[in-house]
Amino acid sequence: MSDFKVLQRENGGVSVLELKGYLDAHTAPKLEDAIQGLIAAQRYSIVVNCKDLSYISSAGLGVFMAFIEDVRNHQGDIKLSNMTPKVYNVFDLLGFPLLYDITKDERDAVKKFVEKKK
Amino acid sequence: MKTRKLTIESRTEQLIAVREFVSAAARDFGFADEEISKIALAVDEACTNIIKHGYQYDSSKTITITIKPDKEAFEVLIKDTGARFNPEELQTPDMKEYLAQYKKGGLGVYLMKTLMDKVEYHIHPGEMNEVRLIKYLR
Repeated sequence: MSDFKVLQRENGGVSVLELKGYLDAHTAPKLEDAIQGLIAAQRYSIVVNCKDLSYISSAGLGVFMAFIEDVRNHQGDIKLSNMTPKVYNVFDLLGFPLLYDITKDERDAVKKFVEKKK
Repeated sequence: MKTRKLTIESRTEQLIAVREFVSAAARDFGFADEEISKIALAVDEACTNIIKHGYQYDSSKTITITIKPDKEAFEVLIKDTGARFNPEELQTPDMKEYLAQYKKGGLGVYLMKTLMDKVEYHIHPGEMNEVRLIKYLR
């Protein structure tokens, strides 16, 4: 399926997941696998870059809900960055900005992880 | 605008087609982009709930989506013949408490109610279930 992609890379010791396309009940397992892979590798500093994410439904939001506790219990975090207003709106409707660290830019999110380690 | 109808197999692969169908109709009805996105998301959530909870991923079943434009009201009827499930049980009355508990699932019903002007359920046990979503053109 080409309607959703997760690209993984490293940025300053932080794992970055770049999301592209449409995140719904059909494509959410792909994101689940990616985060599960990071947790299995004990990589708990995670930034999800949403620059090219065109759409998110509650199935996508549920993936973040499923892993955040585990990641934070390991002194890590899942930070979200570069959201378009349309995607941010859905997060906002559900009150996610209270629970998740959402930054304007990926750099800001990475910086927060680096500063915390100092 | 005339009534439009789409029948899909109960598979998550079909969600993209559902969103495209609903978005095109909402655009023709006169909604702006922001409202079109809200309607498409609400219908996605309704269909996702049916695929997961109503039909429990049985792809031999079908879902019918009917769009009935009526003056200022854009009405979307979503019908299935799955086992009866109580959508209210998936509802979360207190989002703050909900988020604090990191629960997964059940967000869809809350979203539907927030995104649309009206959400109604008509359950006919053993026959069919119908979700009625309405958005007014203002």
